[in-house]
Amino acid sequence: MSRILLALFFLGMAVMTVLVGAASAIATTEPAAALPAAAGSSMPWWAWPAILFIVTFVLGIVAVLGGVGGGVLFVPIIGGFFPFHLDFVRGAGLLVALAGALAAGPGLLKKGMADLRLAIPVALIASSCAIVGAMIGLALPTNVVQTALGATILGIVGIMLMAKKSEYPDVQQADNLSTALRISGVYHEVSTGQDINWKIYRTPQGLALFIIIGVMAGMFGLGAGWANVPVLNLLMGAPLKVSVATSKFLLSITDTSAAWIYVNNGAVLPMMVVPSIIGIMLGSIVGVRILARTKPAAIRYMVIGLLLFAGTRALLKGLAIWN
Amino acid sequence: MEKKVHATEEQLAYAKLLDMGMKLGMLALIITFIVYVLGIFTPHIPVNDLPHYWSMPVKDYLRATGIHPGWAWLGMLGRGDFLNFLGIAFLSGVTIFCYLRVIPIFFRKKDTVYGILAIIEVLVLVLAASGILKSGGH
Repeated sequence: MSRILLALFFLGMAVMTVLVGAASAIATTEPAAALPAAAGSSMPWWAWPAILFIVTFVLGIVAVLGGVGGGVLFVPIIGGFFPFHLDFVRGAGLLVALAGALAAGPGLLKKGMADLRLAIPVALIASSCAIVGAMIGLALPTNVVQTALGATILGIVGIMLMAKKSEYPDVQQADNLSTALRISGVYHEVSTGQDINWKIYRTPQGLALFIIIGVMAGMFGLGAGWANVPVLNLLMGAPLKVSVATSKFLLSITDTSAAWIYVNNGAVLPMMVVPSIIGIMLGSIVGVRILARTKPAAIRYMVIGLLLFAGTRALLKGLAIWN
Repeated sequence: MEKKVHATEEQLAYAKLLDMGMKLGMLALIITFIVYVLGIFTPHIPVNDLPHYWSMPVKDYLRATGIHPGWAWLGMLGRGDFLNFLGIAFLSGVTIFCYLRVIPIFFRKKDTVYGILAIIEVLVLVLAASGILKSGGH
């Protein structure tokens, strides 16, 4: 595992180094730019894409293990410490979350950890509402969006900390809707060697919450793993690993609709987006391999820690306390 | 209630196409990015000027660079930076093709409800990608 991780990382680093080095050499032969230097940054232009690649590689691993979209970590971290405007950070964040989900999706589906029957009805609601959310988010003042986001994530952290049973929720009886849709399954828990039977309940309530999740995902320009996992796991009763995996796969659908709104509104810079996507995708591939061998409790604590950090950062930035 | 230990036929079909699409999209993304940074095609925005533009709000950026939003990038594929939108658009469209792949499987298995849900999802994603929906901006 560590050899795969190291090989991928150094391969990516080598490629990025060659590329930015070549680009830098070419750029210095161009006529002097007529525009003034960017305020607040003494770094050469090519340093930021290179740093982006390293940071997003790490985020890609962490995002898969945490069951969150890379976007929820990407936006506060890159938006807070890099010189890019938040409009582009949000657009890139959605594409980063989308790419991470696309990279992880096939493996999770093939292993039966992500469930297509569970995802399809949820995805239809979330992706439709994400379009509405993206349009609202692009029209609202940024500080309003960030403050609301921070408060929401911290609220979810509170719910997860108070939950007493979530790794294998005790669902006595499936509800009528999930029974009609035949949403149930069995997955093999590698860490214990057991086959875990699962079914869900409270499906109408869960689907209703995905209306809000979809709107928020599009509005904040983030992925929605931070909300998907608690709803699938704590409310609907899916096992934590199934929830994490299905959430990750779900992001590939929800974020597709929201990402198109950002792309079509011009909030995408290739020099920023592509190194981020490559980094997150390589990281996600490594993350999926680690996920299959990790115990659910460890994943849950990682999710809580990540959400706490991301939520605090977004809230303080929205309130202009930590800029 | 029937239990499934292994992934279903439609789930595996979806996963297979998603895997292929993701890899193709990734390849397109890498190749077009290499073309971009090596300056094989002249970019619309010189790379030295990027730090000036990436700190602007998107509204100002579009005005300053003369870039039109939506699918206008299709007419600018000769520019190194806009060539990258081929890979970005491909990755953003992979899910639509995955859904199209599983729709016939659902109907063959007489799983009409899921077949219809999948059709509606395709329509939603195509609407999002169409560029018809515009935001007012802030």
